[in-house]
Formats: sequence, structure tokens, C-alpha cells
Amino acid sequence: MSLWLPEATTSAPEVDHLIIAMLLISCAILALVFGLMLLYVFKYRAGSSIDRGAIAEKTWRLEIAWTVVTLLIFFGLFVWGANLYLRLFQPPPGAMKIYVIGKQWMWKVEYPGGQREIDALHVPIGRPVELVMTSEDVIHDFSVPAFRIKHDVLPGRYETLWFQADKTGTYHLFCTQLCGTGHSEMIGEVVVMSDPDYQKWLEQNGASETLAQAGQTLFMRYGCSGCHGGNGAGGNQSGSTVRAPALAGLYGSPVTLADGRIVTADDRYIRDCILAPDTQRVASYPPVMPSFAGQISEEDLLKIIAYIKSLAPESPS
Amino acid sequence: MSATAIEAPAFEPSYLKDGWTLRSWLLTTDHKRIALLYLGTITIFFFVGGIAAALIRLNLIVPEGLIPSEETYNRLFTMHGVVMVWFFLIPAVPTTLGNFIVPLMLGARDLAFPKLNLASWYLFVIAGIVVLYALFAGGVDTGWTFYTPLSTAYSKGHVVAAIAGVFIAGFSSIATGLNFIVSIHRLRAPGMTWYRLPVFLWSLYATSVILVLATPVLAMTLLLLSFERIFHIGVFDPALGGDPLLFQHLFWFYSHPAVYIMILPGFGVISEIIPAFSSKRLFGYKFVVWCSIAIAVISFLVWGHHMFVAGTSLYSALVFSILSYMVAVPSAIKVFNWIGTMHKGFIRFDAPMLYALGFIGLFTVGGLTGLFVAALAADVHLTQTYFIVAHFHYVMVGGMVSAFFAGLHYWWPKITGRMYPEMWGRAGAFIIFIGFNFTFFPQFILGYLGMPRRYHSYPPEFEVLNVLSSAGATILAVGYLLPLGYLTWSLFHGERASANPWGATGLEWKTPSPPPTDNFDETPVVNEPPYNYPPPELVERHV
Repeated sequence: MSLWLPEATTSAPEVDHLIIAMLLISCAILALVFGLMLLYVFKYRAGSSIDRGAIAEKTWRLEIAWTVVTLLIFFGLFVWGANLYLRLFQPPPGAMKIYVIGKQWMWKVEYPGGQREIDALHVPIGRPVELVMTSEDVIHDFSVPAFRIKHDVLPGRYETLWFQADKTGTYHLFCTQLCGTGHSEMIGEVVVMSDPDYQKWLEQNGASETLAQAGQTLFMRYGCSGCHGGNGAGGNQSGSTVRAPALAGLYGSPVTLADGRIVTADDRYIRDCILAPDTQRVASYPPVMPSFAGQISEEDLLKIIAYIKSLAPESPS
Repeated sequence: MSATAIEAPAFEPSYLKDGWTLRSWLLTTDHKRIALLYLGTITIFFFVGGIAAALIRLNLIVPEGLIPSEETYNRLFTMHGVVMVWFFLIPAVPTTLGNFIVPLMLGARDLAFPKLNLASWYLFVIAGIVVLYALFAGGVDTGWTFYTPLSTAYSKGHVVAAIAGVFIAGFSSIATGLNFIVSIHRLRAPGMTWYRLPVFLWSLYATSVILVLATPVLAMTLLLLSFERIFHIGVFDPALGGDPLLFQHLFWFYSHPAVYIMILPGFGVISEIIPAFSSKRLFGYKFVVWCSIAIAVISFLVWGHHMFVAGTSLYSALVFSILSYMVAVPSAIKVFNWIGTMHKGFIRFDAPMLYALGFIGLFTVGGLTGLFVAALAADVHLTQTYFIVAHFHYVMVGGMVSAFFAGLHYWWPKITGRMYPEMWGRAGAFIIFIGFNFTFFPQFILGYLGMPRRYHSYPPEFEVLNVLSSAGATILAVGYLLPLGYLTWSLFHGERASANPWGATGLEWKTPSPPPTDNFDETPVVNEPPYNYPPPELVERHV
């Protein structure tokens, strides 16, 4: 039985410091509360004839004092916890993306290179990794205690979680949101590897095609190319009768929507465009795109998004 | 009966002797008898929920789980949660001790709406039967939180029946809350100003406000959930165009204030007992009173702290984190005030006081661990693990159930006219305190190490701590069975209680034990502040 948990990411020691600080504060307050209770219980027991002296009638000074001290300590803890959370919440630019799909009761993981595995995640040491996660059914939660991270995985949307592992090893992966009968079997492992080992692992598990290549095939099959052009070049350049926005160079760029909003075209945005195009219509384009909700599986969606992402801006047609 | 009439013609018979038929109990509108009806009912539910808890702890003594079926295990912890939350913790103090004591403390003959009071018990019993039907006919495996879309589209259990039971129980809660609010406004004895109200009444007032305002939100949410499950109207399920987080927002908008519905009455009980057994005025009365009100208000603004990892926005997390710290401040102030009350007091160690001291200790641990999960980055690691399980059991079981037992022992002579056996009472308080810590403290460590809650099986490195926890649960079980035994025994063999066995203040002690049906022969008049215990020098002469 170990009472300590490995700290396998850059942020884990910071979370632990916060927890240790709160533990120390709690121990001090507990010592005060139990100490005073025991002291009074003994000193002022009914049978004791100790001189009690005068009893304070005015209590507000003490009340204000302990209220203010409590508030200050609490505010300090809030700032500490919030500051750390802010950094955990926002992935650094250029993080390596890995896709995670939760399903009763397994984790499916897809890598940009087309590798895929179940109930296991392999990541290199020392590089920020961003997980883009969704669920095919109920709410799950992707939790890695050694990384001190956890986030719910929701159906119908992408949630992200990032970390930078800094210790090689194999760690527990748990689903921590009750997801039905097999909830406690929805576990796996996260393997942190050195860079050379990771490259070797990627090659050994190499797929015949990358995620983007698989996406290109799907892009044709679902008829996306009919309007958006064979290589996403845009509607009216490739002889199509429908005018549709160009997709090359779209990923990561700002898009002005018909309702005036300006959004960044990330995974979440492209997903919403495919499943609910009416809500994300690009300014100056007609609302002709049909919704693909319920027709494309989560895995195929990831591939199509990977393909769109791969369409570099410099190479139109 | 005629003998009694000859001996004491001036007194009415006690409420217990006013009718012996089943009808005189089942159709009574006497708040005291209704309190006993409730006491019997929630005791049954406490043991149903307790048996489920025992089976949960039994399952977890081996890593692969002792109960062969995961499905059964999931149904057990759902049953434990649903029964304990809605059929024990929420009604425990208000409907039993509250029902019995509120009119007595006010100097009134009954609650404002005696028939509504009886109706609320019938609603509660109907709700209980519906829920027990759901749980025994096949059960529910969604956890007591009924998260969507698991509950609406994927769970195969009797979700709608369980929800119907909780829905009906809500109306019982609302009726009780309404009755208390009106009674405290309208039925105070002459001279009993707001600042002469005992803190127990203030606490129940704050509780009632939450009951009346929050419970309808739960009712609406459960109704929407049922619509989605039965008619496939898309509200929460994204496959039908709904939003699963909407359910969590609505559910916690009720369920977080509900935590304070459970604990506020406990604060009230402790605020009566500490002054009584310290023979000293409550320290900082007005601060304690306004802390209850502040908790009731702020409790409506912290629901989002259940969703820090659920996919809500960054800004909402920041706001809910700081508000969660705000709601902890008044609770901390209360703890300091109780300790201040003991300072320079004349402290006696009867069982109610021991339970109350246990409450302060366990509630403080529960409150302090709340600080861990209010800190955003720490919550990310600790939430949804056994740390959370331990945290809320420290508040709800260590805190609330200890307070309930403290109050039950304190008012037992008033309710039954008999004293409980003192040594057994003290032993019970001690065993519960030890057993409780033994059961739940290891769970804090399990949570930090990452063991997820609601797991039927777990990795072997968590085994030692789980076995420790289950061993503690057996001690805790003994601790809970003891009062059932000796309190029942005292009904028949306990020493007769005087009107005021503790030398306590409060109008409930100014009428015989047990009280006559109409509570007071003549309406009492209040002309002193609450907890006006004699100054120390007077008491010293008696000692």
C-alpha cells in the first residue's frame, strides 16, 4: 500500500503543493478546534471550581476577527486554485492532438498518423498533448490520477484536456463518471514513453493510411466534395453549381458567421458545421448545406476533420 | 383512566394517552403524534439505506468485488443514495424533532396547518412505497443523481418509478416547509420576538425557505427527465437535440441547497445543546442566527461547483469557486461560536453533549475537506473519487446523523416521558464517533490516490484501505444498532422524566414530559432572551 501517488506531469507537483498547503491549514484548524474543545471540556467541566471570572458580554470584536481571518485564508486558496486551473484549462499552441472516443464501456484512441488502440493511450515524454474527446453514448470521464487531470467526455460535443508528461511509465486510466453497468471495467492505461521509444511505437503500430488520408476517402463518400470541391478548394472553382466556402487553410483561421460572430475554426467548430450547419453558417453563403447529424459516426467525423485540417492554405487546387 | 382523573384532575392526560386506537394515530392532527409517525417511517428507511450501505462495503473488501453482478452493485448504491438523501437525511430532523418541538418552542398548541401536516406524512409514505417498489421490483442503476442521457436513454431500470417517488416526496417537503414558515411567523407566544427565538427555530426557518424555493425546481427537472424517457422529447439527450449539462445545472440547483436542507437543522440542534450542557448563553447569538440565513441565501448560488470538470465555461468555474468559499464562511463562524459558548461554562457530559461534541469534530473535518474541492485545480484531481464520498459523508453522516442523535437524546425525555439509559447513551456516542472515522477516513486517502467512486471492482493496490473502511463500517453498524436497542428498551423501562431534566431554557421544558395534547395549560409568556442560563456564581452554589 503506497500512500503517495506518482507525479507524472509538469502540473502534478503544483496540484500537490496546493493540496499539501490545504492539508496543513486543515490540520492547524483541526488542532485549534479539538484543542480548545478538549481544553474547555476539562477546564470548565461542571465539577471544576476554577474561577471563571467575568464572561464577555460583547462578542462582536471576536466575531469580526475570525470572520475576516477566515475570509482572507479562503480568498488566498481561491486565487491559488483558480490560477492553476486557468493554466490547466488552456492548452498551449502547438500541442500534439490525440482523439479519444468514449463508449459503453471502452476507450477508443485515434492518433493523427492513423494508429488506433482501445483502452490505452501512448504519449511521448516532454511534449504537450491535447486530447480531443467525445462520447458515442452517455457521459464518461477521462481521468488519469498520476497526471492529476480529469474531464467529462460528453456525447454530441468535443471537450479537450491537455497535459505534458514528464515521467516515463504506465499509469491508470479510469472512467470516473457513472456510465452504466460496466462502469468499473472502463479502465485502461496511459503509457508515457521516451521520444525514440514513442517513434518506434508509432512505426510498429503504423496504419496503412493516416487519419487525414482516411478522411479524404470519407470526404468523397459523404459527398462533401460535391460542393466544397474535390480538395476543399471551394464551391465555384471546381465546376460545382453550388457555392460553398473553401476549406483549404480553414483550420485555425477566424471565420465571420452570418450572424456577425467571428469564431476560430477549431475541431469543435468544424464538427458543429457538419452536424448543425444552420447554427454556424458562414457570412455571404446561402444556407444550403444539409445536417449530417446521426449519419456520420464519431470516428469518421474525426477523420474528416483531420482531412480538412490537413488542407494547407498555400496549395489551392 | 378514572384513577388518573382523581389523582390529578387539573392536568390533561399526556398526548400519548389521548386515545389508544390505530385510528387515533393514523388520523391524528396532533403535531406530536405525527412526529412519531415520521420517526417510525424514517427509522425504517434508515435501516433500508443502511443495509444497502453494508452490502456496498461488503462488496469492496476484495478488489474484484464480492457481489458477482456489477448490475446489482450499481443498484445497491443507487438505492442507498436515493433512500438516504430523500427518505432519511432531508426529512430526519425537520419532520421528527422539528414537528414535535417547533410548536412547543413557540408556545403554540400545534403547527399552523395541522391537517396539512398529516397530509405531508401520507404523501411521504406514498412516496416511500413508490420508491421501494422501484428499488425492489428491479432497481435503478443511475446513481441518486440520475445523470442524463444515462437515465433517459440507456438505463434499463425502473427510473420513472423511482423518480415518481422522489417527486411525491418533494410535495411532502414543501408542505412541511410551508407549515414551519407560517407557524414561526404567526404562532409565537406573547413576548417571543424574533431575537428571542431559539436558534433551532431560526435554523428550521432557513431550512423551510430552501425547501419551499428549491424543491419545485427538482420537481420540474424530474418531470422533464420523465418526459424525455417516456415520450422521447429531447431536453437533455444530445441525440434528440438536448443538452446533457442542462440536467446537471437544474439538478444541482436543487441538490446543492438540499445539502443545507440536511445540515441546517443539525446546526439548530447543536445550538440548543451546547448552551444547555454548558449552562451558558449561546456565544454570538445574532451571528449564529444570521449565519443560518446567509447560508440559506448563498446556498442557491454555488451549484456550479459540482461541474468544474463537466465542461462548463472557465468563467463560471471561477465564479462558483469563490462563491463556494463564501458559503463556507458562515459555517466556520458557527463552529467558533459553539466553542466560544463552552468557554467558561459549566460543562456536563450527558449523551446529547457527547453527540454534539462529536458533531463539531466531524463536521469540521467535513467542512475543511470542502475547501479542497472548492479550490479549482485540486477539485480536478479529487472530484468523482472516494475523496468526495468521504467529504460528504463527514458532513452528512458524521455531522447530520450525529446531530440527529444528539437531538433525539436531548428531547427523548420530552417526547416519551422516559429517560434513556445514560451509560448506554454515552457508549453509543463514543462507538459512532470511532466507527465513523474508521470507516470514512481511509476514503480520503483512497480518493487522493485516485480510486473512482461507484466502482464495483478496483485495482489491487486499493485493497488495504478498502478493507480498513469496511472493518470500520461494522463498528459503525454496531453504533447505530445500539440506540435502536436502548431507546426502545427505555420506552418501557426507562426512568420517568421530569418536565425539565436538563435544567434547560426554552418553552418546551415548561410543560410536563410528555406534554398534554394541547401542549400548555395556559399560553406561556416570554420575557427574557433565549438561553438565559443563570450566571455562573448562582450555579456554583448548586454544585
